[in-house]
Amino acid sequence: MSEVREIQEKHIDEVTVRFAGDSGDGMQLTGTQFSDTTAVVGNDLSTLPDYPAEIRAPAGTLYGVSGFQLHFSSSDIHTPGDVPDVLVAMNPAALKKNLSELKRSGLIIVNSDSFDKKNLKLAEYESNPLEDGSLSGFDVMDIPITTLTYAALEDTELSQKEKSRCKNFFALGLMYWLYNRPMEPTIDWIEKKFKNKPQFIDANEKALKAGYNFGDITERFATRYTIEPAKLKPGIYRNISGNEATALGFVVAAEKAGLNLFLGSYPITPASDILQYLSNYKEFGVKTFQAEDEIAGIASAIGAAFGGNLAITTTSGPGLALKTEATGLAVMTELPLVIVNVQRGGPSTGLPTKTEQADLLQSMYGRNGESPVAIVAAATPSDCFNMAIEASRLALTYMSPVILLTDGYLANGSEPWNIPAVDSIPEIPVKFHTEVENYHSYSRDEKLARPWAIPGTKGLEHRIGGLEKANITGDVSYDPDNHFEMVKLREEKIQKMKDSIPDLEVEGDKDAEILVIGWGGTYGAIKEAVIHTRKKGYKVAQAHFKFIHPFPKNTEEVLRKYKHVLLPEINLGQLAKVLKSEFLIPIEQFNVVRGLPFRVGDIENKIIDVLGGSNE
Amino acid sequence: MSNTEINVEKLTAKDFSSGIDVRWCPGCGDYSILAQVQRTLPNIENIEKEKVVWVSGIGCSSRFPYYMGTYGFHGIHGRAPAIATGLKIARPDLTVWVATGDGDLLSIGGNHFIHACRKNIDLKIILFNNQIYGLTKGQYSPTSEKGKVTKTSPYGSVDYPFNATSLALGSNASFVARTIDREPKHMAEMIDRAAAHKGLAFIEVYQNCPIFNDGTFSELTEKDTKEDNVVILEHGKPMVFGKNKEKGIKLEGFHPVIVDLNDPKNSIDDCLVHNEKDDSLIRGFILAHLTDSPDMPTPIGVFRQRIKPTYDEAMVEQIDQVTKKKGKGSLEKLLFTQNTWEVK
Repeated sequence: MSEVREIQEKHIDEVTVRFAGDSGDGMQLTGTQFSDTTAVVGNDLSTLPDYPAEIRAPAGTLYGVSGFQLHFSSSDIHTPGDVPDVLVAMNPAALKKNLSELKRSGLIIVNSDSFDKKNLKLAEYESNPLEDGSLSGFDVMDIPITTLTYAALEDTELSQKEKSRCKNFFALGLMYWLYNRPMEPTIDWIEKKFKNKPQFIDANEKALKAGYNFGDITERFATRYTIEPAKLKPGIYRNISGNEATALGFVVAAEKAGLNLFLGSYPITPASDILQYLSNYKEFGVKTFQAEDEIAGIASAIGAAFGGNLAITTTSGPGLALKTEATGLAVMTELPLVIVNVQRGGPSTGLPTKTEQADLLQSMYGRNGESPVAIVAAATPSDCFNMAIEASRLALTYMSPVILLTDGYLANGSEPWNIPAVDSIPEIPVKFHTEVENYHSYSRDEKLARPWAIPGTKGLEHRIGGLEKANITGDVSYDPDNHFEMVKLREEKIQKMKDSIPDLEVEGDKDAEILVIGWGGTYGAIKEAVIHTRKKGYKVAQAHFKFIHPFPKNTEEVLRKYKHVLLPEINLGQLAKVLKSEFLIPIEQFNVVRGLPFRVGDIENKIIDVLGGSNE
Repeated sequence: MSNTEINVEKLTAKDFSSGIDVRWCPGCGDYSILAQVQRTLPNIENIEKEKVVWVSGIGCSSRFPYYMGTYGFHGIHGRAPAIATGLKIARPDLTVWVATGDGDLLSIGGNHFIHACRKNIDLKIILFNNQIYGLTKGQYSPTSEKGKVTKTSPYGSVDYPFNATSLALGSNASFVARTIDREPKHMAEMIDRAAAHKGLAFIEVYQNCPIFNDGTFSELTEKDTKEDNVVILEHGKPMVFGKNKEKGIKLEGFHPVIVDLNDPKNSIDDCLVHNEKDDSLIRGFILAHLTDSPDMPTPIGVFRQRIKPTYDEAMVEQIDQVTKKKGKGSLEKLLFTQNTWEVK
């Protein structure tokens, strides 16, 4: 009976998969599980969750489609991939919405059960694409996933609706088979997640295995793929998203500074995860205050900073706007404070679940008066960890508010993270002022930082606030010369940070004709574009800003070295504006603002374009 | 060995003064509040001056921290309760006071106020209610009476005012009191009670602004009228008022009425007995809203005191419980959690 089927095992270097379905279909979960398993088998990977702002938009509609893209590889990669090779579409709307981005002749796996009259109509299909030949350019696997899931769960006591909810695990199982991944990590996860609901453990595992076995025993798939582990730097790795990395960074920073961590925050997409993660770490003494609004989020953090905590507040663009006035108060009172802005599409409510880099000027200048704050930005999901620590270090060392910019793509995207040894992370020296003699609340050390004297310290009772302070004494002062002096001192203090931030690093060709610069979450896309163009023979270099206010010391020197400087940004040219006005250097801009990360190919074309077109 | 050998220096009002010149207008009710606070705090048992912090927002009242010899934070408009909340949560060992005004607390800062009450943050909030914007020179405030003529309401304000005490009760503040700037002894008692209360304590002080709203509370403060217009709430005592305590307040259903105690048909036993520990809020609201009726006296005193765990306490307790269960946090464990793999 058991005839051995010929399956071609094919080794490939990389693949980009997109899972798409209704926002209630569990696509984010499916994608996350696939990513975690892919990480565990040692591939390099990069993910892009892309979901609507509606939690459960009407089923079957185009605007309810939720997607999760994953690029994984046996070598070093930096982006979630421009175009998917494989699309898993759980319904017609998911197919329609994603087809145009799929690679020519790519693989489409669809749940054929969902291609009924009603769903086709909801997806605005006039005829069934599975039948009308419109998909002829693709490799289509139409699989009755719902029916097969029901069959697998026949002997369970779940309702039809509950059974139907397991179909994403069927799809996941099938993809595990197709790409030679183990099921164990997901089985472990299911067992933990449904610890108190054994019927769901059983059902989800059955669905997962049924999907896997479907690939194994039916003859639909002739090829199975293997992607060897990536040759990453030796170390212990875990898969991590930007928001989780940010949260971990602050816990570490507080421990390294010997301080308690306080987070005052109000839930906002896509920053809420940081509040959620930090609410878990009670055993580190972390205090999370879910405030009544954005303003109370930062105001409470300022209070906690006055009290001697490492105080932070987390938000996204609209929330940063609300925190504007209080940020100025932190500038005036010269208290250490980190403000995290997980940028999203704006203005106003904008695109809550989409990524953008358009809050740089708001962060730089969006306050009344001359109100300088330090600004740092994370480059990749795992870099959020480093930059959370850096932001904390600058805030505590210089007694200043610091804005840490990440974005929706970094926040929700994930990548393997080479976990640093705890001992390798430097301590952050913090000393509360206790000497009563000659104490002045606005005296300054060599870094221009004022002393941090916290309530409870006998003999140092003093008053601070939003009114202008007399230099040194900290008394309220309306003196014109004093004000001018303080305006300059506050900016000078930020510039002092240059002494303790790393130089701008240049990667790529030493004799490059073009330097591609960027900041924040575009690092991966720029890096890949630079690699590609160099492979094509162009002389290209890259430098990425993680420190924006102040800029690293060698910024001007680096920028002046190259014939062309190109700056791709997901805004209309905000960093370009700042750099041009500071250094008077011509900068070629490349601006695409679609709520999505850059496509590598687009940056590549722009580089070639700036260099005068094809050299072939 | 006796404890008397330990030389404990008794703090005085002077210790609670920062020594800088006070710059409120002459005759301002704020002077009275400052004096009572400075006089009352030294008497609080075991008070450590360095552990007292005054937080304020913006307005005349919010200059208060500068005049206190304690730690102080002069915040931004409306945000004092939020700043104070963060400070208290971060540092439960501190005693945190908030000085604020009717515009600061009830207009721009209304949201922070109701949530601080709801959460029972252990703050002591003193509202300097003068029913006017003073520092911006005379615009109507959220407690100004309807019809008030000010610079921004030249034809009379069409706004309905907030009743601050009622708002605090409605927000479930665990201690709610009202007093008057011209009743220093009563005010001192309220400050003392608030200081002793564990949880959010709110004191509304009716305070005269001699420049922009002079005499707005004169019926409650002038010798010949105040006894007929003020009823002092005392726990367990019947509510009586008038020059010879000849009037009482009685409830007919939910309606308060004034009874003439000189009339032999009425007895003091018919009068409402004040119960600040009342489970129900209903009587508290009735009392707070006596001011709605021009015939009724204005109650001062403690409207309500409830003892319940504070937010800051509960948070510390939760941290302790989780730490007990999970053990003290280890960074090693935190970073190198499940689903790691090694690349060799």
